[in-house]
Amino acid sequence: MIAVILAVIPLLLILGDVFLRGAPAISVGFLTHLQKPPNVSGGGIANAIVGTFTMVGIASLISVPIGVLAGIFFSEWSTTKVSTISSFMNDVLTGFPSIVLGLFVFVIIVLPTRQFSAFAGGVALSFVMLPIIARTTGESLKLVPNTLREASMALGIPRWKTIFRIVIGTGKNGLLTGILLAVARATGETAPILLTASTSIYFAKSIFQPTASMTVLIYNYATSPYSSWQTQAWGAALVLILIMLGLNLVVKLTVGRNLSGKLEL
Amino acid sequence: MSGMQLEKNKNTNFDSTAVKLSTKDLKATYGKVQALKGITMDFPEKRVTAIMGPSGCGKSTLIRCLNRIHELTPKAKVEGEVILDGVNIYSPKVDPVAIRRRIGMVFQKANPFPTMSIYDNVVAGLKLNGVRDKKKLDELAEKSLRMSFLWEEVKGDLKKPGTALSGGQQQRLCIARALAVEPEVILMDEPCSALDPLATAKVEESIVQLKKEFTVIIVTHNLQQAARVSDFTAFMYLGKLEEFGETASVFENPKNELTEKYITGKFG
Repeated sequence: MIAVILAVIPLLLILGDVFLRGAPAISVGFLTHLQKPPNVSGGGIANAIVGTFTMVGIASLISVPIGVLAGIFFSEWSTTKVSTISSFMNDVLTGFPSIVLGLFVFVIIVLPTRQFSAFAGGVALSFVMLPIIARTTGESLKLVPNTLREASMALGIPRWKTIFRIVIGTGKNGLLTGILLAVARATGETAPILLTASTSIYFAKSIFQPTASMTVLIYNYATSPYSSWQTQAWGAALVLILIMLGLNLVVKLTVGRNLSGKLEL
Repeated sequence: MSGMQLEKNKNTNFDSTAVKLSTKDLKATYGKVQALKGITMDFPEKRVTAIMGPSGCGKSTLIRCLNRIHELTPKAKVEGEVILDGVNIYSPKVDPVAIRRRIGMVFQKANPFPTMSIYDNVVAGLKLNGVRDKKKLDELAEKSLRMSFLWEEVKGDLKKPGTALSGGQQQRLCIARALAVEPEVILMDEPCSALDPLATAKVEESIVQLKKEFTVIIVTHNLQQAARVSDFTAFMYLGKLEEFGETASVFENPKNELTEKYITGKFG
């Protein structure tokens, strides 16, 4: 009981602190306007919000399909040597320092193209998301009872349809939760983006230009000497936390509904 | 489809009935454990054949070899032949998926798909094999549920989840699901071992009806059940077929000493 309280206190302190310091910065303009120079009134973080979503979107497009397929491999071919080895390597990748992932993408994409970009940022974030998605997909599909696979195969349903319709259909709540976890983790990452997307004070015209993100903006603003930027850093932190809470809530609700709903064939 | 008159194996004790399915020197292993040590027998068409024997005798392994489900278990291997209507289903030219559509299976523990309604469970095998015709699906769903004696109990609740049914109803749902793909042979692996006597009676009632259209092979360690539902009975012990014949003669004057001991409850 005491341990629970001790664990919850820091969370509540952080949430309360961010809320108290961030709330004064938030207004409609804060969410819809571009950044302004220090000590100029007004100014917002719209480009950073869009930038974060763009990069997490790119990262999801890359990591969700690959991660889900890898997870299927870990679960459905779990007895093969290749699966055991790659599953172990995936676990190692999960624990990789994210700045190393950023550095890697910096070397393979940013240096050759001589360009910081949302694309490079998305690729870096996909390395963060991929092992999480693969792992949670694998684990949640392993929880699907083998009797269901046998029931499906015994009906003359081919293996791939058994996996994609029956096994994934049954384990999809775990899958969705894993993808959300990965999205939340990527949304909050700073280091990989700092080295790959850099930042910008404008909306990026394409995904191949330097792009602002909420986390890098918080880092830049919070370490600046200007009080107006420091306040806006708290505001951006609050927006980031609210987005994550919202994401969690959306998935809790949809997953809850799917539990009682039926599988569409 | 009618079974062909084949050259009969020596274990066949029936003359007037066509052979639907037979095994020739069937051996199965799990890793280094040999579960079947060469089984040669014939299963008569549109009859109920019961396979009994003490736990670990290989009876479940035997029927899992008959629809090529055994080989899905890691490290499991099969040798020998299983012949369906004259074709060895273990020949490399045969697609196991197509075989499983012709030889359906009901498992020991009811295993309806938990995310599907009663209706979707019954037609799952059809839908996932590309049948889209709503009328045909409806017809087969009703026909299958009637044959498994579940229709009257669920006809108003087809949209309810399959897992909301009682254990016995779930098992009959699984029987309906296996019937809906219109197989020729139905394998049942101790289908009543988890059911109470009343639910067991309903499943047995359904089994007796099924032999009008299907060849039924049922694994059981319930002697009374074998006596009640089957036309032919096989007795297995330690991976070998010890006795096979018409149920009445196996129960009344068993030729094998082991069978007699088992039937009289001296072991097993």
